[in-house]
Amino acid sequence: MTKPFRRRDLLGIRNLSPAEINGILDTAETFTEISNREVKKVPALRGKTVINLFFEASTRTRTSFELAAKRLSADAVNISVSSSSVSKGETLLDTALNLDAMAPDCIVVRHSSAGVPHQLAKVSRAAIVNAGDGANEHPTQALLDAMTIREHKKEFDGLEVAIVGDILHSRVARSNIHLLTKLGAKVRVAGPGTLVPKEFQQFVSANLAVCSNVEDAIREADVVMILRIQRERQDSAYFPTLREYSIHYGLTNQRLNLAKKDAIVLHPGPMNRGIEIASNVADSSRSLILDQVKYGVAVRMAVLYLATGGKALNQ
Amino acid sequence: MKLLIANGHLIDPAANENTGMSVLIEDGLVTAWVKPGEDAPEDCEIFDAAGLLVAPGFVDMHVHLREPGHEHKETIASGCAAAVAGGWTSVCPMPNTSPVNDNAAITRYMIEQARIAGFANVFPIGAITKSSDGSELAEMGEMKAAGAVAVSDDGRPVPNAGIMRRAMQYARDFDLPVIDHCEDKSLSTGGVMHEGRMSLLLGLKGMPALAEDVDVVRDILLAQETGAKVHIAHVSTKGAVEAVRRAKNEGINVTCEVTPHHFTLTDSVVEGYDTNTKMAPPLRSKEHREAILEGLRDGTIDAIATDHAPHHADEKALEYDRAPFGITGLETAVGLAFDELIQKGIVDLARLVALCSTNPARILGLTGRGTLAPGSIADVTIIDPNLTWEYRNAESRSKSRNSPFDGWTFHGAPVATIVGGRLVYRRSLEN
Repeated sequence: MTKPFRRRDLLGIRNLSPAEINGILDTAETFTEISNREVKKVPALRGKTVINLFFEASTRTRTSFELAAKRLSADAVNISVSSSSVSKGETLLDTALNLDAMAPDCIVVRHSSAGVPHQLAKVSRAAIVNAGDGANEHPTQALLDAMTIREHKKEFDGLEVAIVGDILHSRVARSNIHLLTKLGAKVRVAGPGTLVPKEFQQFVSANLAVCSNVEDAIREADVVMILRIQRERQDSAYFPTLREYSIHYGLTNQRLNLAKKDAIVLHPGPMNRGIEIASNVADSSRSLILDQVKYGVAVRMAVLYLATGGKALNQ
Repeated sequence: MKLLIANGHLIDPAANENTGMSVLIEDGLVTAWVKPGEDAPEDCEIFDAAGLLVAPGFVDMHVHLREPGHEHKETIASGCAAAVAGGWTSVCPMPNTSPVNDNAAITRYMIEQARIAGFANVFPIGAITKSSDGSELAEMGEMKAAGAVAVSDDGRPVPNAGIMRRAMQYARDFDLPVIDHCEDKSLSTGGVMHEGRMSLLLGLKGMPALAEDVDVVRDILLAQETGAKVHIAHVSTKGAVEAVRRAKNEGINVTCEVTPHHFTLTDSVVEGYDTNTKMAPPLRSKEHREAILEGLRDGTIDAIATDHAPHHADEKALEYDRAPFGITGLETAVGLAFDELIQKGIVDLARLVALCSTNPARILGLTGRGTLAPGSIADVTIIDPNLTWEYRNAESRSKSRNSPFDGWTFHGAPVATIVGGRLVYRRSLEN
């Protein structure tokens, strides 16, 4: 039995209970088939308004949230604030209060600074859904990754998951570490020492290990999750060149062969083919990258539904 | 006119006094002590200090008064009003005004504005380098003549060890303490909180303790070599406290201060992303706070200073990454010191007075202050050690409201402040 998703806001995975996580996943499961229908729309959120407030460029996450809202019949408005109000000198607080005054039911927010959804949640009447805040969290990404894993591995308990790449700057890694360890999976992280500080060992209380090389992380893993590497990190001296990064940390078939035979490969996208992931790995049958995108819509439908007052499955 | 502060408990570490004693003030000076039971002198106004602590005026050697240039955050008048309400009779504004206090004209202007306001004494701290840009030395001798009591580039610490060495050699000739905000920015740039488990958990860029430690060690070596008086501002790390302790044991002329927020809070309060938890140096983790408390206990730390850094509400209503560093502190320092240090047995009352008055006055060479011995200047801080009160940002005398202690209840409050023999603050009974 799952418990209700109590919070209206979804600010991160960190403060969710395993039951709440399973409640969202179960709800998402029931929404997956809607996207396979000829008429991809149900009236669950008719009359509700969702604002997608994106302070940072995004194609797939924003489209995914927009489709999720529309398939539930909500009115969805997209706002890209990357330059407008900041250049006019408006404070974050004013931007939030102005949008909130238009009485949306939910504000989906993405921002390059950690904590912005938390700051908005303190002042807004609308439910706040975090679509990625700086290096903090990207909860719907972790939820859609979990949907994908659950589809193929059934159980999280005892599952071995390797997360490889720029852990330090990754909100995807943080949300996934929280979610997977809460559900009982054993997570191993690896990457250049500059991007995987040893303090990560204390990040969560159990089920997390920091590996000193990629091979140790991948060996015998059930799931290999590869993170996007940003070119800017080279400019800030976190590693010498993308070439060297791909040689030492990239996921090749040879490295993937260290994992379990039925291991699956995930990547949150967008991929740098030939850098953090070899093209033939990305295109292989073990790679579930497009499944992740597919589940993204269902997970976001569930999150919008629950955030605007819907009841979790089995409540 | 004569004023007798009668029946109080006098704590004056410089005079080695910690007993019931009345203090007689005439024409701005302390002229005599009157023992309990002795008659009050004739024609004398009485301030009844029964049940209260009477201490030499507190000296906050590290504040930002924002004038000239940033008067929307604070003015010398509003900052000094907040100071006396917090029990501080003297404050030392850092030079990061606009323009920077790197010349005698600005120094004189600050002192004049304080005189007009008529609350606390202002002893400006001049810049080490022109515009605090770390390249050419500012006119320290001229600023000293105008009333500056130390030099510092505070938040823009001199990165170049060669320039800092010359600054110390030069400042020594004028007997000016060199105050350094120790932060090697090559290690901390882009950081917004302490680097550690909390910064990883919150996804915020960290400022490692190491950034402070390496600069403290550099300054200690330079102090040893130049013989200058070096004062480390707001120590916040275990490494900094330990380095200062070692240096003092070796006889090097180095002193240091700590802020109330660093001895009270840890980085766990950054959870929630309240920008009033953002300051430099950042709130550190538990082990660093414990090292600070040990430094206060064993005497390694010489002074308590607030680093009062007012910012307008609009400037703080931003993303955590973009909000400016700094919090207000003048009105909460005594409450925090009583709750965190006195109540918890870290220091006793005499040591607290040394940290807030005797030592900062000595470090800065403020003749006639930091004591209430007959002949000294009548700057007096009067505290009710038993008063329970609540601090509210909305009632602050500062122009800014950026304190993380809004709504905190304290035990122990400044109730009256006397500057140069004049009663400039009296806590009203209703608050």
